[in-house]
Amino acid sequence: MLLTVVIFLPLLAAGVLLAVPRIPSRAAIGVWVAASAVDLALVGWMSWRFEPGEGASGVVDGLAYEVNLQWIPTVDAGYHVGVDGLSLPLLALTGVLFLACAIYSLREPDRPHTYAALFLFLQTACLGTFASLDLILFFVFFDLSIVGMYFVIAGWGHGNARRSALKFFLYTFIGSLALLVGFIGLFLGSEERTFDMVALAANPPLADSPVAGGLVLLAIGLGLAVKTPLFPFHTWLPDAHTDAPAAGSAVLAGILLKLGTYGFVRIAMPILPDAWQRWAMVAVVVGVISVLWGAFVALAQTDVKRMIAYTSVNHMGYVLLGLGAAGLVASADEEARIVATVGAMYQMVSHGLLTGALFLLSGVLWSRGHTYAFDRWGGLARPAPVFAACFAVAAFGSLGLPGFSGFIAEFQVFTGALQAAPVATVIAVIGILVTAGLFLLALQRLLAGDTAVPSEADPDTTEEGPDLDRPDGTTATAIRPRTATRMQDLRGHEVASVVPLLVLAVILGLVPRVLLDVLEPAAMAVVELVGR
Amino acid sequence: MSGGGERVLALLPELLLLLGAVGGLLLGLWTPQHRQWRVRLLVTAACLASAIAAAVALFEPAERVFEGTWVVDTTTGVVRIVVALGVAVLVWLASASLAGHPRETEAYVLMLLGGLGSIALAASGDLLLLVAGYLLASVPLYALAGFAKDSAGVEATMKYYLMGAFVGVLMLVGVAALVLAAGTTGYLDLAALLPEASPALLAVGVLGVLAGVAFKAGAVPVHFWVPDVTAGTTPPMAAYITTIPKIGAVAAAFRLLAELFAGVPLDVPLLVAVIAAVSMTLGNLAAFSQTDVLRLLAYSTVSQVGYLFMVVAVAARTDLAVPALAVYLAGYAVTNIGAFAAVAATPAARTITDWATAVGRHRWLVVSLAVCLLGLVGTPPTAVFIGKLAVFVAAWDGDLIWLVVVAAINTVASLFYYLRWIAPAFAGIPAAPSAGEGAPGSGPRTAAGTAQRLQRHPVIILHMAAVVSLLLGLGAGMWVGVATSGT
Repeated sequence: MLLTVVIFLPLLAAGVLLAVPRIPSRAAIGVWVAASAVDLALVGWMSWRFEPGEGASGVVDGLAYEVNLQWIPTVDAGYHVGVDGLSLPLLALTGVLFLACAIYSLREPDRPHTYAALFLFLQTACLGTFASLDLILFFVFFDLSIVGMYFVIAGWGHGNARRSALKFFLYTFIGSLALLVGFIGLFLGSEERTFDMVALAANPPLADSPVAGGLVLLAIGLGLAVKTPLFPFHTWLPDAHTDAPAAGSAVLAGILLKLGTYGFVRIAMPILPDAWQRWAMVAVVVGVISVLWGAFVALAQTDVKRMIAYTSVNHMGYVLLGLGAAGLVASADEEARIVATVGAMYQMVSHGLLTGALFLLSGVLWSRGHTYAFDRWGGLARPAPVFAACFAVAAFGSLGLPGFSGFIAEFQVFTGALQAAPVATVIAVIGILVTAGLFLLALQRLLAGDTAVPSEADPDTTEEGPDLDRPDGTTATAIRPRTATRMQDLRGHEVASVVPLLVLAVILGLVPRVLLDVLEPAAMAVVELVGR
Repeated sequence: MSGGGERVLALLPELLLLLGAVGGLLLGLWTPQHRQWRVRLLVTAACLASAIAAAVALFEPAERVFEGTWVVDTTTGVVRIVVALGVAVLVWLASASLAGHPRETEAYVLMLLGGLGSIALAASGDLLLLVAGYLLASVPLYALAGFAKDSAGVEATMKYYLMGAFVGVLMLVGVAALVLAAGTTGYLDLAALLPEASPALLAVGVLGVLAGVAFKAGAVPVHFWVPDVTAGTTPPMAAYITTIPKIGAVAAAFRLLAELFAGVPLDVPLLVAVIAAVSMTLGNLAAFSQTDVLRLLAYSTVSQVGYLFMVVAVAARTDLAVPALAVYLAGYAVTNIGAFAAVAATPAARTITDWATAVGRHRWLVVSLAVCLLGLVGTPPTAVFIGKLAVFVAAWDGDLIWLVVVAAINTVASLFYYLRWIAPAFAGIPAAPSAGEGAPGSGPRTAAGTAQRLQRHPVIILHMAAVVSLLLGLGAGMWVGVATSGT
């Protein structure tokens, strides 16, 4: 019951926001912050009381907060939700990142009611996906997240927003339909004809038909690869990210991409263990290509946000490398495969925090100068030290410096994958070097050197604009001296949204046991299931 | 077989509709022009009573009455309920443009009779009744299509009528061939005799009969009338013509495949599967470039029939077909009526841009439209999503995996044009962007000027459709379980 409340509380708040248009604009975002905060508190309570079940196999049993209601009995699909070591960290991440986005958007001037309502709707969709233990329920929430994000990009994006939103929608919708086809294959292939993940994982379908199993895995893999995104299907990502509003990008990269990788761990691996073992090398190779492709293309970008977007492809490549290695049963022992799986799952959380922070920070650039181009900015360390510090921390975390969560994640992925796929792993390490280079380059271009701030930002987009709606009518701040060397540092709400994400990334880097204790039993269970 | 007179009550839902039609006509004669809303109430009451009677009948075991010509089973039951409720809603949708019209009563009565024809199609267990149902579901619609008596409507009627008459003759030829082959018209007898019949006669028969139901359903290759008639008539009538007869026709096709053609040596399921694939593909491709909302919806209905025919193709091959058909029919009816209600709400706005402008800042209208249109795409958790899921599962289970893949690709393609409508409407909301924030209290409800241009009943119906679509989807388990428990 608690889990259901956690999932639908944001939706309820969204409904209230839409139904009561009299809530003043500022209070609308306030409602969003409050709802997200309460939701996060509930997730926190859940994690505190979380007890992984006996035998520590979080996939087949040992679920906490489980609810199982019938929904469509004719095809045995149900409202089956639950929490285990796989989903709990991602639920917590969702709670944290959405709260950060809410705080970041405190001054959102444009249709704040609808904006807040959309994000709350998205939050429900994401939490629901992570908590689903039924394929159809998973699909429902998965698809709703696409719808929500489409409207966020189309309605509040900039640049070519409408087009990017459409591209995003089409790509991911194709992916989700491939996923649906795969799910139907699982349903028809299973002995008892059910969509229930727990039942399917306990008695995997299509075990004795390698061709059908491979095709179903192909459909599911395609669907998740688009969403993740992996190498050939990633082209929607930079456009969507660049044109989305900052909070939208943060959620897109921090949470929505994880829906794809989470699907691999939750659905593809335990439910199709044979097929996963057989095709694990493909996953490894696609992972490595994504690592390198993402890193090198990111290196070539002239736009901060596009660069960060491409590093997401790179980071998701590590995840797939780890998960693929976990399926190489013949060439690695169980210990190594568990380490790889834990690393992949750690990377999901770590990437959510760090990339979320990076996107919010790039949103700061947009709000100040309406451009992400590297050559328009420079020497920001002097006028905006807090921004510079935050950006530097996020960048160092993202390139995998020890002391940050990203390091723990990548270290484990490489350690675990080395035995199973040594060549691939060594190649993938190059990705680390390139990302290190590109982040350092970005830091240098943005923060060091002579101060440069885009000067001819058009007057009607000065970031003080929202101040106009202060009830006391202070309009003085709206007149900004448009000099070339003015860069306002982070404001209170921006600090309050970004810094906690970075702090969490550091905590997870210094005290990884907090998260490892949750992840490891679940990873063991997954590896055991894949090894069948 | 149960020839006893007491089983007349098995047709109670139809009788109620007929009584409503006759009673409405009589009442209309005795009622002054400006009080014709009484007829509307009577017609609505008849529809609701019919739907309730049909719902009660759902719980009784399936049977064949009147020498087996009239089948009362789950499929019929669902069609009865959906058609009756649909007609009731559409009467109110049409009332916005019909109120005070000199022939108001006639329109309502014709709508009821067309609904009756649709049910007859769905329930027929005999070829002759199928033909009668075809005519009853066609003739009133010809009149309704040209009801406005303007040039576009007359042209639409002519096209519709000529096409209908032509296909009707084809259908009669098909029926004649089947009768010639087997010497009987009852489905059960035919099903037993047809497998030994001559393949040539069978082929003519199958093609002719299928052409008839495909025409009523608006499926390729006899779909040409759909865009012209839809765009030529008024939005409420377009909603009626693209919803009510389709439901009966698809159910009729389903019964044909499930009973009549189940054992014939021709690959009829493949033929239907091809019709389905071509319908959805052509409908989607043609809809891409439409800027007129009615034409866009018209092609959208052609593509929707494609998905419905998927389940028709596997009617005889899987147990999952009946629930799938029930869900999709109900979901389609609700969602399609909702989409047309959105057009009817702004009768003057015919293009996508006009519509977005006319709706202006009514954000709930846009939300409801998005629910309906995304529902037609099959976005969860709406009714059509459940329908699509069920149809995909059924088609796959019936060994038509290629059709599932085609349908999935088509679903993505359909997104293009639905989003082409949603996106401007959604972007139209910020009529006053950040400047509007200057006065915090002046929320989005101030656009009184635009509010007057919206028709009240269609707006209510649009919202209702969106809500019902969501409820049908979320509550799918309950009602599908209940609806299909009778079998």
